[in-house]
Amino acid sequence: METAGARSIIETMGLTKRFDGFTAVDHVNIYVNEGEIYGLLGPNGAGKSTLIRMLTTLSNPSEGTAKVAAFDLVRDAEKVRETVGIVSEKMIMYDRLTAYENLKLFAKLYNVPNSEIDGRLQELLKVVNMTKWADEQIGKFSTGMKQRINVIRALVSMPKIVFMDEPTLGLDPQSTADIRDFIKRLNEKDGLTIVLTTHIMNEADVLCDRIGLIDKGKIAAEGSPAELKGRIAERGNTVVELDVMDAPADAAQRLRAVEGVKSVAQTENCVKVIVSREDAFQDIVDAAKKAGLRLRNATISQPSLEDVFLHFTGRAMVDEVKDKVPSRGGRHGPWRATTRGR
Amino acid sequence: MNVKTLFSHSLWIAHKDLLEFSRNRVMLVMLFVFPLFMMMMTGYIFPSGNTVKDMQLSVVNLDSYNGTTGAESLAFYSTLETVNHRTGFFVLSNTSSEDNAREMITRGDRMGAVIIPANFTSNLRTGSQGYITVLYDQSKPQISLQLTSILDSVIAQMGTSRAVYTVNRTTGQDLNTSVAIVTPYKVQNKGTVPGNPNYFEFMAPGMMMMVVMFSVMTGLPRAISHEKEAGTFDGVLAAPTSRFSIILGKTIAQSVRGIIQGVIVLVLAIFLFGVTINGPILLVVFLLLLGIFSFIGLGIAITSAAKDEETASTFMMVLQFPMLFLSGVFFPIEQMPWYMQYVAKALPLTYATSAMRKVVVLGAGFGDILTEVAVLLVFGIVLLAIAIPLFKKAMAR
Repeated sequence: METAGARSIIETMGLTKRFDGFTAVDHVNIYVNEGEIYGLLGPNGAGKSTLIRMLTTLSNPSEGTAKVAAFDLVRDAEKVRETVGIVSEKMIMYDRLTAYENLKLFAKLYNVPNSEIDGRLQELLKVVNMTKWADEQIGKFSTGMKQRINVIRALVSMPKIVFMDEPTLGLDPQSTADIRDFIKRLNEKDGLTIVLTTHIMNEADVLCDRIGLIDKGKIAAEGSPAELKGRIAERGNTVVELDVMDAPADAAQRLRAVEGVKSVAQTENCVKVIVSREDAFQDIVDAAKKAGLRLRNATISQPSLEDVFLHFTGRAMVDEVKDKVPSRGGRHGPWRATTRGR
Repeated sequence: MNVKTLFSHSLWIAHKDLLEFSRNRVMLVMLFVFPLFMMMMTGYIFPSGNTVKDMQLSVVNLDSYNGTTGAESLAFYSTLETVNHRTGFFVLSNTSSEDNAREMITRGDRMGAVIIPANFTSNLRTGSQGYITVLYDQSKPQISLQLTSILDSVIAQMGTSRAVYTVNRTTGQDLNTSVAIVTPYKVQNKGTVPGNPNYFEFMAPGMMMMVVMFSVMTGLPRAISHEKEAGTFDGVLAAPTSRFSIILGKTIAQSVRGIIQGVIVLVLAIFLFGVTINGPILLVVFLLLLGIFSFIGLGIAITSAAKDEETASTFMMVLQFPMLFLSGVFFPIEQMPWYMQYVAKALPLTYATSAMRKVVVLGAGFGDILTEVAVLLVFGIVLLAIAIPLFKKAMAR
């Protein structure tokens, strides 16, 4: 694993959180460079949110600590709070208050000087095209509108770092695109450091400068999307994807026996194999036929981030989330496209 | 963080809470309806000094003297009828036998029976007492109690009149002297303040205290656990705002709400239920504030112990019910068995109710309620001392 550079603004040191014998975050050592977008990518329950909660002082680490903007997370919690903003998964907004009242409340709590409050709020509202809704109660807003306010709420204090927990969860395709654009702009124009969590591969791929793959509370791999993908590719790994009709439950097990197979993941209509031999395609197709799989199509492709996750954790991420997360539009990798096509 | 920021933060949090509250129409209506409902209910359904009228009563006259119905029993019955004609407590009717009377009580057709035994006249004529048996319905203890006590006093009155008449006739004294001989002691009941207190006057002070104190005890956990569940509490906790500001702000908001509700009770009591405030109104307000202070700790403790709204509600139910019935808001604690009185004395609401009642009904001044004030202060301080560390611990999960 790489070590923190001089530009790192966050650095965790053995950060751990246990709940009644269950370890949600397990000795995590990551660093985030100033001015980058860092993505924590992992399935639901991987420990992303708990890690973010610790880094925003909402939860005390059971063990270890972190430096956030040069402040110690545990000892200087107050200073950390002044420096960071948070966009949490549950929106931080009061339905019976207007958008403006919500923002103003937090401006006050973050000690924004009175003379600056109005100017700053108007500007933020303008950036997300919500000026004309400023005096409407939040309860009347659509989810997309709420999320825009939720995001700018984290910015009223002009933080150095903003943590975003699943910022596009539950949004329609248009809002998702808007929010992603906005995040990108904040980062590029204002040099804001952003740490976000997501379980959507594509989101991590297009948004993040660097990614930490997190699974079962541990960081499985860290690096830029290209780096991570490269790490699979450079070892001659390829991905063989089989479109099937009703894969039997033991198909994955049978395919694992093929020489050079690293990992296998399957859904009802698709089996995905990462294999270290480039010439293994035929062997896999043969093994699949022998295993009783009724093939519709078989493709060989270069690894995607999804495959990276599969490779490093030995598990497919889509399995974890396919039932929990409703279709949200956009491309979420070939798996989702396959399952949705039927 | 300096004190000014600290208070400014708490005022903003309180402002936010009250703004939300003022926009919740249902809650606003409830603010008014709840005390009105409580007062109407408790004020009108409890035995409030109104005696039950027209109780069905059997009279079984078994008396016989020289082969016919005894003259004494007939005289007794006609006097009873005359008295009853004036007061209207009973509806009297003749029943043939004691067994019949019992049956009628069991069926619920009669509330009780007066049984004049066979030897009634002969006993009285031979210088003995005339016995009378009263049967009552054990399934309705409160009504039976009224029935027997009214009958007791009516029959005692009849006895006295008879004695006065006898003295007057045998000694030749005039009527007034005869009365003085038969009943030498005469009691006059008088309260310390003018007017006749009604049940609302007894209840309204307790209601006021209860509404105000429960507003912090239940409002605080509800407000905070609701924000926790909605996720908004994270926003407040992640801001550079002290934990103290948060709890203070929430407490201010709940207190304002409680005071408003307390004042509504007060206004309803005065204008709708005819209650007069005999003590200084400022002392009433002071007691409301003191009541809130004594309960803040309890509210914070419940907040800290309850992870979600449901647990919080359960906690509150468990605490609220005993307090409601044991603190003397609706029934005087002196009527309770001794062990329950000890329980009552451990509850802050008991002292608050007692102090408020003294001020409202008896016109007490500050000096008269020093004990209660001291107890409430101590309760408040001790509970806060317990609650604040709990809260700090709970916030740093």
